[in-house]
Amino acid sequence: MSALGDYRKREESISYSVESAGMGETHELLSLNIGPHHPATHGVLRLIATLEGEVVRDIKPIIGYVHTGIEKTAEQKSYWKAIPVVERMDYLSYYFNAMAYCGAVETLLGLQIPPRAQYLRVIHLELNRIMSHLVWLGTSALDLGAMSMFWYCFRERETILDLFEMSSGQRMHTRYIQIGGVFEDIPPGFAAKLQKFVDGMPARADQYADLLEKNQILLSRLRDSCILDEQTLLGLNVTGPLLRAAGNPWDLRKAAPYSSYDHFDFKIPVGSVGDNYDRYRVRHAELYESTKIIDQALKGLPEGPTIADDRKVVLPPRHELATSMEALIHHFKLVTEGFRVPEGEAYYPIESPRGELGCFVRSDGSAKPARVHMRDPSFVNLQSTAPMVKDSYIADLIATLAMVDPVLGGVDR
Amino acid sequence: MPDAAGLEVIAEELRGADPSAVLGTTFDRGRAEIQIDPSKNIEVIEQLRERGFNFLASLHGVDYYPQEPRLGVVYELLDMTEVDRISLKARVSIEDPRIASVTSIWPGSDFPERECFDMFGVVFEGHPDLRRILMPEDFEGFPQRRDFPIGGEPILFTYNETDHYGKDR
Repeated sequence: MSALGDYRKREESISYSVESAGMGETHELLSLNIGPHHPATHGVLRLIATLEGEVVRDIKPIIGYVHTGIEKTAEQKSYWKAIPVVERMDYLSYYFNAMAYCGAVETLLGLQIPPRAQYLRVIHLELNRIMSHLVWLGTSALDLGAMSMFWYCFRERETILDLFEMSSGQRMHTRYIQIGGVFEDIPPGFAAKLQKFVDGMPARADQYADLLEKNQILLSRLRDSCILDEQTLLGLNVTGPLLRAAGNPWDLRKAAPYSSYDHFDFKIPVGSVGDNYDRYRVRHAELYESTKIIDQALKGLPEGPTIADDRKVVLPPRHELATSMEALIHHFKLVTEGFRVPEGEAYYPIESPRGELGCFVRSDGSAKPARVHMRDPSFVNLQSTAPMVKDSYIADLIATLAMVDPVLGGVDR
Repeated sequence: MPDAAGLEVIAEELRGADPSAVLGTTFDRGRAEIQIDPSKNIEVIEQLRERGFNFLASLHGVDYYPQEPRLGVVYELLDMTEVDRISLKARVSIEDPRIASVTSIWPGSDFPERECFDMFGVVFEGHPDLRRILMPEDFEGFPQRRDFPIGGEPILFTYNETDHYGKDR
């Protein structure tokens, strides 16, 4: 591997302090390979860590193991057929991937989304945010030695997946968000089940806090470890909970509201120190805020259509196919060729559980996108791991990696 | 986003500093874009940073085949105080796809620039570690270019192993 060879050469240029670190016996640097298959990397991530004793002097992430060429594949498919592919990038936030992509295409088409569809999108996006944070919390706690958290978090996640199954028929990669709105209205019984979940969730989140925040081992592993200040994070283009943990309240839902996020009353949790504990606290607090948004969206859910009324883009209702020739023609054209999108480019950013998820779509006027690019927050945020863990213990590396929360499907796409 | 008039004001200011830096502006469906000379990207970005656009939200490559110059490098800049976005596009030719790296301004553009090099073959001059990032190191070609065929990779099974790389071993 020439990557390793280059890295060996570069090792000589790594500066390290003369004070003894770790055991202090020698200052020899050790290159340690972690991954690509390692439970603590939460996916197929490989790290080459340069250690001095137990202290990490540098890490190099090596990625690309789950690169599946989704951006290239999307160019071969008509616009609506690309939704299931882009959903599979970041496999924990599929609603967000679909939302960013559909938002970009809707911008190009100039489509107006009906209010009910916007609210349904918000409900599902926030449910997905809770689900993603629960997976993060469960697996991170597992890395830090708290086994039982995993089962509690996955219990609530299961309820969310059941709700997804109710509204769309799928538990993961639901393809619920369509260009123009959502696939279908919520079925009878969904609202009651969701309300039950929303009422119970804050108490569950309290339980997590009770389990974790009185645990001395967890606190001493998270507090004051791997601090990175706001300015460095901004230089590294980091967004999302990592930036908010350092005290910058940047959240696209508040700063540039999309999909009627300005209708809801919620707060942006921010940290004060920017250590791993703040990163944990910010995400934990977001569980409550997302629950509040869902509650408001469910109570204020407007009546009306769930998808835009543009027959050139949106499939006609099924019942019309039996009576209307025009609907049949539209249906046939949409399914076989797809719809054409006027030439142009759009960049549509949204706030995913990990930060700014932006989708860039270029249209050349045909029925297939000429370029789809996802600015995935995991990919960009992963770069902040090295400055965070520099000069801290290798055990903190595991904790930091858990708190950075990269999803490798999103990193490699 | 700045509106159409605001975009012209910014473009005029950039032209005032260096008349050849700005090649054109586009305001389309709420997206403000300035086309810039690829050799002047650092100067333009520095000026926009002083105006407040000091966060690089995204950097990506685009292939405009069959138009010339074919490749485009797009910078999506963000002003977090005014909540304003502006896009910069620098077009480079496929024969000499070179542009200055912005890693000195934003260390976080490291991975996005490597990805752009990996997928389109754009060489970012001054990048500290310009290697392939997502594709294997021995991969030939730049897969996101429009003329790169999809499905061109031989898929190896035991029955056809000898037809491909195993043949002359």
